[in-house]
Amino acid sequence: MDNRRQPRTVSDPKVRQVGFVTPGAAPPARYLSEAPTDPAATSPPSGETALPAISISPVMIPPPRHSPSAPLAVPNPARRDGLQNQVGGYNTLEVLLGSPPLTSPSSRTDDAVSQFSDDPSMSPCDGRSRAAKVASSFPGSSGEMMVMKAGIVGGGSNTPKSSWTTASVAAKTRPDISEKERGAFVGMQNDGAGASKTFKEKTTKAERRALQEAQRATKAAAKESGAGVKLSAAPGGAVPANTKQGKVVKPPAQKKDGPQVANTSVSSEKKVVDRPPEKDRKKDVPPPRMQFDDIHRVEKAKRRAVVYQFEAKNRVELFRHLPQYIHGTQLPDLETKFFQLDPMHPSVYKVGLQYLSGNILGGNARCIAMLLAFREAIRDYSTPPEKALVRDLTAKISSYVSFLIECRPLSISMGNAIRFIKNRIAKLPDTMPESEAKSSLQSDIDRFINEKIVIADKVIIRHAVTKIRDGDVLLTYGLSCVVEMLLVYAHEVGKQFRVVIVDSRPNLDGQVLLHRLVAKGINCTYTHLNAISYIMLEVTRVFLGAASVLSNGTVYSRVGTACVAMVANAFRVPVLICCEAYKFHERVQLDSICSNELGDPDVISKVPGQKDLNHLDNRANIENLQLLNLTYDVTPSDFVSMIITDYGMLPPSSVPVIVREYRRENLWI
Amino acid sequence: MDPNPKPNHGISAYYKTRAEHHAIISGDWLAQAQAATAAGHPLEVPPASATALSAASKPFSIIDEFNHWRRKPDLAEAVAAIMALVAGIRSSDATTMMELEIELKKASDALKSWDTTSISLSAACDLFMRYVTRTSALEYEDFHAAKLRLIERGEKFGEISLKARRTIAMLGQDFIFDGCTILVHGFSRVVLEVLKLASSNRKLFRVFCTEGRPDKTGLGLSKELAALGIPVKLLIDSAVAYAMDEVDMVLVGADGIVESGGIINMMGTYQTALIAHSMNKPVYVAAESYKFARLYPLDQKDLEPALRPVEFGVPIPSGVEIEKSARDYTPPHYLTLLFTDLGVLTPSVVSDELIQLYL
Repeated sequence: MDNRRQPRTVSDPKVRQVGFVTPGAAPPARYLSEAPTDPAATSPPSGETALPAISISPVMIPPPRHSPSAPLAVPNPARRDGLQNQVGGYNTLEVLLGSPPLTSPSSRTDDAVSQFSDDPSMSPCDGRSRAAKVASSFPGSSGEMMVMKAGIVGGGSNTPKSSWTTASVAAKTRPDISEKERGAFVGMQNDGAGASKTFKEKTTKAERRALQEAQRATKAAAKESGAGVKLSAAPGGAVPANTKQGKVVKPPAQKKDGPQVANTSVSSEKKVVDRPPEKDRKKDVPPPRMQFDDIHRVEKAKRRAVVYQFEAKNRVELFRHLPQYIHGTQLPDLETKFFQLDPMHPSVYKVGLQYLSGNILGGNARCIAMLLAFREAIRDYSTPPEKALVRDLTAKISSYVSFLIECRPLSISMGNAIRFIKNRIAKLPDTMPESEAKSSLQSDIDRFINEKIVIADKVIIRHAVTKIRDGDVLLTYGLSCVVEMLLVYAHEVGKQFRVVIVDSRPNLDGQVLLHRLVAKGINCTYTHLNAISYIMLEVTRVFLGAASVLSNGTVYSRVGTACVAMVANAFRVPVLICCEAYKFHERVQLDSICSNELGDPDVISKVPGQKDLNHLDNRANIENLQLLNLTYDVTPSDFVSMIITDYGMLPPSSVPVIVREYRRENLWI
Repeated sequence: MDPNPKPNHGISAYYKTRAEHHAIISGDWLAQAQAATAAGHPLEVPPASATALSAASKPFSIIDEFNHWRRKPDLAEAVAAIMALVAGIRSSDATTMMELEIELKKASDALKSWDTTSISLSAACDLFMRYVTRTSALEYEDFHAAKLRLIERGEKFGEISLKARRTIAMLGQDFIFDGCTILVHGFSRVVLEVLKLASSNRKLFRVFCTEGRPDKTGLGLSKELAALGIPVKLLIDSAVAYAMDEVDMVLVGADGIVESGGIINMMGTYQTALIAHSMNKPVYVAAESYKFARLYPLDQKDLEPALRPVEFGVPIPSGVEIEKSARDYTPPHYLTLLFTDLGVLTPSVVSDELIQLYL
């Protein structure tokens, strides 16, 4: 596998860390500096502060050059400071803007910008020389400034969102400079990248790509697109974790800055800023596991984790890159904020809290709740003066979405739905009056819910019921609303069958299904996953729901599904997956690790009703205990006999065809 | 003769037709049919016009028309249905497009219900409907122009279907190399065509024919092949595993190709494919694209059974059941490639093609 190759893995962490600003550029440097043992990075750890971004990192530039930067070197703690408190970054930025050296160095910014623009063609040497140039043009002697910048870069990489908000504030205060500044910023990091090239070729390649991306994004700034919120990417990889962190910190800032200050330019800029990282995130999500191969990396990860104050200490090795479950601390916090929600529409807020508390479960339910909340928000929306509806509303939706992500990582289906909404907004003609635009959006949302979910379910049921014969024993796992509807419908149609409901801790939502089916008079057997191999002997069909189907035919579904499918396959029982086509995604995933969602670890350590089984009660104190509560798993297509969608019954190999042929249609209905 | 033969209860009409065809099939006859196909206009006007004439006197019956075409041994049932449907359009006295479409739909339903066990028949009817009605012709102002366009399209479809075998033979013969041994199960006209073309291209190969109980399809095929000078060996059906060591590839036809990419074919195909798979021999399927059906059987019993009488030659003790099913389903997992007139496909492409045709 490509992503397991050593060099890439080395470069990966940095990419991930870059998070927001200029993906790829800053983090590598950080990474290098942070791993002192790394043979390549023989430079003193202190180098990190001076940071490549600013150009001169001792690490990357030949000996003569960095001597000036050496004095700047600040030990790790300092760096962490910068990272941890973005406010610091923010302040420094303002100072930066205000300080004479910065306002004047137009030459520097220009240089950086130009470099930025032609970076794709840039060769390592080139990059270095340029970096040198920049460095020289740059008043290297002003150590203070360097430090400040390092702080900014660090902040950008670690808690990107917040740093960017601050940047936008800065932009607001100095609109004329902001753009340049940004360019310079990017450029600086770019320099760093160039310099780092000397060390690792792979790294540089990745960076170059990232840079290219960033560049493209800036160019396409004006263009609207759903890329801003690639929710699908949200659950994937460490980046989301970062984002999450950033966002957690962010809301107050955003509340302050975004709505009140916001003029269009700011919001659009923000979007621009948002975009490259998303893209980058999507493409370069690094293999999380690699870092744990080597102790230093783990060390580093731990150091990094300091930033995330509320994260569980005992994270499970392979899953550190995922957003950790932090709802417990968040819920009361959010609840208290309920009445001071300036920017958040109440309905969105409500849905968010419901996600958080687990009151809304299931892909369709979550998606519908979100869409209805958006619909209400759109209904109550009015374009602020001097703003374009298309842009402002998109930004607004994005902020809602990021709020929802805070509450719970998005599901893939929700990602698709959001993409749909954004597309619809983007396609609104400029001339359309606001009221009309709003009503058209609302009807679009209604249509999406109706066509893609409600009717699709009906079609799926019609298809699926043809596969139920009299005398069948159907097995299902957990609670899937489509499967439930199917079983009820089949019963109504008069098919004679029996249902085996397999369930598992901690959710035990199979009991809900059991309750409903028994109430309908359907013959049911209820068992837990542990008994699957025993019960499978008598089963003739397995019907399962799915959170998503990926384009290699992989079924992404509630944890335990893969087990059921595998056992069924071993027993030669056909496995039928019922999944609406709007949940299909073009991503490919090979394991359950790189993208998943972590649930509350406490839930699995506590056994309700068993007072004597409390051995794990004080688990937080046990250092060598890690609890893993995964939400999803991945079922390889080999175990799936058929996928039943609103487009008919398909083999798993046809999912990409549906994705390819109907993506457009899904987006534009 | 019964002008409108309903399939006898318990015996698949599809297999009855095939049996009739096999009884009279001969190399000469195939050669003639070949010539007719090559000549370009296989859609001999006489029957159609005759029907058109007779339509004035008596109501047009799609089944009659179908039976007329069906009697030609070289015509697959599906192609006969297509021909009949084209004739149906031609002789229709509908005056609006909608009316015509409804009429066509009725005709195709009638054909499908004539023999519900034939996969290729219903698949071809469906495909024809898609192919013919999915055209801009429906927006023509002038009904007659539109109707002509439909007929044209229908005829084109029929022609494509007729030429399909030829195309498949061209594609398939590339896979036959000198000195190879091919195991063939069942009598498939497409397979015969492939072997024939290969042999006329001076490829040297030998063929193992399974006996093909109960209707002895292997005997018919071996006769044909022997006439072409191809070395043939007959095996009893249970000797497949025994002979598989020597075999380089398995080549079978198909009654229908289903959405999963698997095939429905004469009883015994599944076991042959299983054995071949377990011995790492490629299994090729030669079949026309009009056999692509929107079916998705999950297992053997998930099909409408096509029944066929089985003769054991000795009296069967009372109380003993006989498995009369005439075909089985081979999952895509055991197939290597499909030779179709759309090209040489992997099994998973079938679903893609079907999605593009039907959705």
